[in-house]
Amino acid sequence: MTDEPLLRVSALSKFYGSRVGCENVTFDLWPGEVLAVVGESGSGKTTLLNCLSTRLLPSSGTASYRMRDGQRRELYRMSEAERRFLMRTDWGFVHQNPADGLRMTVSAGANVGERLMAVGDRHYGRIRATAVDWLSRVEIDDDRIDDEPRAFSGGMRQRLQIARNLVTGPRLVFMDEPTGGLDVSVQARLLDLLRGLVTDLGLAAIVVTHDLAVARLLSQRMMVMKDGRVVESGLTDRVLDDPRAPYTQLLVSSILQV
Amino acid sequence: MNAQSTDIATYNFAYLDEQTKRMIRRAILKGIAIPGYQVPFASREMPMPYGWGTGGVQVTASIIGPDDVLKVIDQGADDTTNAVSIRAFFKKVAKVDVTTETARATIIQTRHRIPEQPLTASQVLVFQVPIPEPLRFLEPRETETRKMHALEEYGLMHVKLYEDIAKHGRIATTYAYPVKVEGRYVMDPSPTPKFDNPKMHRSPALQLFGAGREKRIYAVPPFTDVVSLDFEDHPFEVQTFDQPCALCGAENVYLDEVILDDHGGHMFVCSDTDHCEKRQADGQHGHLAPETHSASGKMEPVE
Ligand SMILES: Nc1ncnc2c1ncn2[C@@H]1O[C@H](COP(=O)(O)OP(=O)(O)OP(=O)(O)O)[C@@H](O)[C@H]1O
Ligand SMILES: [Mg+2]
Ligand SMILES: [Zn+2]
Repeated sequence: MTDEPLLRVSALSKFYGSRVGCENVTFDLWPGEVLAVVGESGSGKTTLLNCLSTRLLPSSGTASYRMRDGQRRELYRMSEAERRFLMRTDWGFVHQNPADGLRMTVSAGANVGERLMAVGDRHYGRIRATAVDWLSRVEIDDDRIDDEPRAFSGGMRQRLQIARNLVTGPRLVFMDEPTGGLDVSVQARLLDLLRGLVTDLGLAAIVVTHDLAVARLLSQRMMVMKDGRVVESGLTDRVLDDPRAPYTQLLVSSILQV
Repeated sequence: MNAQSTDIATYNFAYLDEQTKRMIRRAILKGIAIPGYQVPFASREMPMPYGWGTGGVQVTASIIGPDDVLKVIDQGADDTTNAVSIRAFFKKVAKVDVTTETARATIIQTRHRIPEQPLTASQVLVFQVPIPEPLRFLEPRETETRKMHALEEYGLMHVKLYEDIAKHGRIATTYAYPVKVEGRYVMDPSPTPKFDNPKMHRSPALQLFGAGREKRIYAVPPFTDVVSLDFEDHPFEVQTFDQPCALCGAENVYLDEVILDDHGGHMFVCSDTDHCEKRQADGQHGHLAPETHSASGKMEPVE
């Protein structure tokens, strides 16, 4: 596709005072690639994700992003206005708890339409038609379009959150435990849906998860973190079938269930 | 009664001390320089509770001079308790001339209406504002709404209008209808009916907004663009009334419904009482006008 990574991360560290959030993380993410970040609780997954999505500023290190116009930009040197614009156009962020990523007091249609309106769409009929289309893509009946997410099940809320993020056709989506709070059957359905969308749209994604099955299903590549550091990374199948770091071997052998 | 309480000289002119007035004037000037931007100011205690126009009163107190002529309206009427007491207050503390005539006033303090008679460049309109933040409805965090204004992120305003259309089939917001000022800041025009929004657009009069409880002042300088937000396929429209004023026959004015009896009898009359009286005095009549027209034909509007 292109000969340049979408995201290039170099020696990224984040300290909370003297405590390590994440330390010396380096990797490239290519367009259309899904990277899973796995590790036990407190290993720094969320910290890393929040730094990458510029919701948090790192203590040191750099990250650059290839914009739609092909220009490479240093994320931590961009103005806040530029970063916020990027976040609501070319990026998506799917929170573990849908309530953190949705407006719970406005309708499903408005939740999906918000980003369109934020980038200047001023045609109600067109916004609504796009919302209907996106609701159907995440398997929400269009007769729920005027309902508030408060009236939705956990799985529906999560699917709505995904639709809300994808409506502007982002190229990179950050997900923090997207199937976290859901029960097993609902998780499976959501994973299927996510996998389909990511493939259809050619999305690049960074997915934080506790669950190796989620990593296996969604990602081409994975990073294993422990105590803020990356202890192993590589193609997902390789890491899961032939783990090299002792910690990963422990993880995969299910002796240590994360 | 002791001598002090009857001695108006114990008040500073227009009640506020000079330093406070200077502080408020600075906020007003900043507001004028950045049309539609909410300027924080150190709101003072006034001898009336919040919700009674303390923001407007402080703005008026800071700009009024001995030669000014003050008009105060509440929902378009000069004779409601609130309007009467604010007028009496300034008559006492600034010894200014007061009036109910729109044309004669140099300062008009208002709650919920803009007079029907077009204002001039020698007039100032002071709005009493309860909630200055138009984004508050969807984003309660003040830090976030400030950022949204700073970065001109106004998608949320359209989310609100979208919700209106989704629920009611049209934009049902009729009061406090959001506007964009001079192509930059989105502003709450205070709880005036949207009927009055077009009057703000390029008005020759200076328009000042004071929110006492929320400690904000904002302004629309003369001849400034004030555009109501809308959608291409749901354009902004003002309310229309299918009948003229029952007392003076005026059309294209904002009407209040007035209940006449306990049996559902009612009529629609000008909410702008001065406008209505003037028309009747000029010999204009609606279908329910009293036989001999006089100011006493006027009725109290209902909420
Ligand atoms: N705001 C904060 N202030 C101080 N320390 C923090 C803060 N957030 C995270 N940490 C610490 O940083 C380390 C990494 O936390 P992080 O939340 O990134 O882990 P995680 O891998 O996402 O964990 P989990 O799987 O439980 O979500 C932990 O030691 C945590 O206690
Ligand atoms: Mg986490
Ligand atoms: Zn009338």
